[in-house]
Amino acid sequence: MSTETLTIGKALNVGLRKALEDDPKVVLMGEDIGRLGGVFRITDGLQKDFGEARVVDTPLAEAGILGTAVGLAMRGYRPVCEIQFDGFVFPAYNQIVTQVAKIHARSRGRLPMPIVIRIPFGGGIGAVEHHSESPEAYFAHTAGLKVVAVSNPVDAYWGIQQAVAHPDPIVFLEPKRRYWEKAEVDRAATPGPLFASRVVRGGDDLTLLAYGPMVKTALQAAQVAAEEGRSVEVVDLRTLSPLDLEPVFESVRRTGRCIVVHEAPVSLGLGAEIAARVTETCFHSLEAPVLRVGGYDTPYPPSKLEEEYLPDLDRVLDAVDRSMGF
Amino acid sequence: MSALQQTTEVVDPVPGADAPHLPGQPDLVQLLTPEGERVEHPDYSLDVPDEELRGLYRDLALVRRWDVEATALQRQGELGIWASLLGQEAAQVGAGRALAEGDMAFPTYREHGVAWTRGVDPLHVMSLFRGVDMGGWDPVATRFNLYTVVIGAQCLHATGYAMGLQRDGAENATLAFLGDGATSQGEVNEALIWAATFAAPVVFFCQNNQYAISVPIERQSRVPLFQRAAGFGFPGVRVDGNDVLAVLAVTRAALAAAREGQGPTFIEAFTYRMGAHTTSDDPTRYRLASELEEWKLRDPIARLKAHLARSGIADSAFFDEVDAEGDELAARIRSGTLEMPDPAGTEIFDHVYAEQTPPLAAQRAEFVAYHASFEGVEQ
Repeated sequence: MSTETLTIGKALNVGLRKALEDDPKVVLMGEDIGRLGGVFRITDGLQKDFGEARVVDTPLAEAGILGTAVGLAMRGYRPVCEIQFDGFVFPAYNQIVTQVAKIHARSRGRLPMPIVIRIPFGGGIGAVEHHSESPEAYFAHTAGLKVVAVSNPVDAYWGIQQAVAHPDPIVFLEPKRRYWEKAEVDRAATPGPLFASRVVRGGDDLTLLAYGPMVKTALQAAQVAAEEGRSVEVVDLRTLSPLDLEPVFESVRRTGRCIVVHEAPVSLGLGAEIAARVTETCFHSLEAPVLRVGGYDTPYPPSKLEEEYLPDLDRVLDAVDRSMGF
Repeated sequence: MSALQQTTEVVDPVPGADAPHLPGQPDLVQLLTPEGERVEHPDYSLDVPDEELRGLYRDLALVRRWDVEATALQRQGELGIWASLLGQEAAQVGAGRALAEGDMAFPTYREHGVAWTRGVDPLHVMSLFRGVDMGGWDPVATRFNLYTVVIGAQCLHATGYAMGLQRDGAENATLAFLGDGATSQGEVNEALIWAATFAAPVVFFCQNNQYAISVPIERQSRVPLFQRAAGFGFPGVRVDGNDVLAVLAVTRAALAAAREGQGPTFIEAFTYRMGAHTTSDDPTRYRLASELEEWKLRDPIARLKAHLARSGIADSAFFDEVDAEGDELAARIRSGTLEMPDPAGTEIFDHVYAEQTPPLAAQRAEFVAYHASFEGVEQ
């Protein structure tokens, strides 16, 4: 039986196990990922089965994780680095932006950097500061990196394996509050491409774009909108760099309306870039300006306020109303 | 005297000396005095055949000739900038010649002398400073990484590469270059921690040239740099960085220990940047001319020349030959630099990714079309 019900977390665990089995050059590195199995247990049991040289409990220093991953990649290894929480990636930011992203170009292709940087991202878990952020725009803005965000167990299972096998560095964003969401995963299926967006619900009146944890919210909003007689198409962007916007353009040309949803602050976020692209490409099809629903331009708030900060069903539906009102 | 000054004096590496950067410390490993006298050291013996000694002199002289020519080319507007190694030739050549073929070096942006020992074509370094590329040599074939400009970042790369060597069971080591200023970087300290906890086969080779651009070593450290290694749990050694023989001996020993599984060593090569930080810098604003004059008496090339001449290992014909070779090299570097074609504009798109992305391919096509639109247009 190749089909089983997996959570996103377990799908990542099984996918990483497969990646370790498939390629002896794959090395997992991170804080507490070995004996503990990671604070979210994504690497549970892997050190026991693959040993300490392949599932490495590192010292507590994120720049050290990424910097040594660069050296291992130069030596022909494929490091998969776990950053424990989104807000802790910044000590490694220098290595990611000045080294990981640029070494392929610097060396004119002589030094590939097949590094995966796994980051549990986003809020909604009632955490303290630095544990709920959405740093994707920093990385999507950096040439040389690729950025993907998974939203479901199927993409988690296949996506992590595709990312590990890919020759370029990938920031792999995991929707931490959805780690426990379940779905059927067919491990004998043929996966779709990693760098492709996907229409996850068809509709005719409006195109709703989301990625990572907001895909579920967008689908819920589309369901409620349908009950109100509005047909909302939902696209899971899946890849944030490069963006795969052809399916989005195709959709917007039909619906004439577009909303982008993400948890990150709206100013200069992914939604801003997507709104510009959609406007440039679909200008004559648009019935309304592209709207953005996202976090406010504030630091991520204390957890008692995060429900006010995060886009939810009501805020997405409010944007749908505004778009339809033009 | 304040408490701070008192404490500083206690840890001063040169008790009694007016300036802590002057040599003469009991801890300094030296095999060749500034006067060119060969001396022995209890821990570091070195038996170098005459031919190799002459080869080291040739390395030092040619690297300096290259450096002089590059500085001139920058002054003439042919290079955007040049980071001179003047005064640090012995540290770099000694360290570079200690490497085995399978070892991997991770330079900063000043290691032209190490590049030379790895067989890197000087023109492939010149192209970087001319703005043609980011370094034209093949880091895999030469086992000499591309220059890393962000201070200290390469120390982690060298450590990670060494961890790869461990996993491969390779009997090789890495040599990470850094300067005195880099020792203040968090990433360098992380590299030292990583190297220690994984017993990685990496040697940290710190050229203490006394200044991080303008800021003196006293502003980077309250202890001699080599002593920091003890806090990380591995050996540190201070070597006379202007003594190519001592540098060779100390680095060879450290690399051998690393290859044998004994883990990292931190080498502080005590030297002096006789030139400016780069051609954009003006050292007269932050240091006294008298200091430079003192260090000229410890010139790394003069002392080896004195030793070779006094001991009869080389005669004036040999020195003349090397001078002539230097002039030929300089002429080749000059003409090669002037003849470098500008890169094609599309180069900026072509190596960002191993697997090109559709959006970047589209930008490239727009770029090509935009420039093609000017073809045939009268300027």
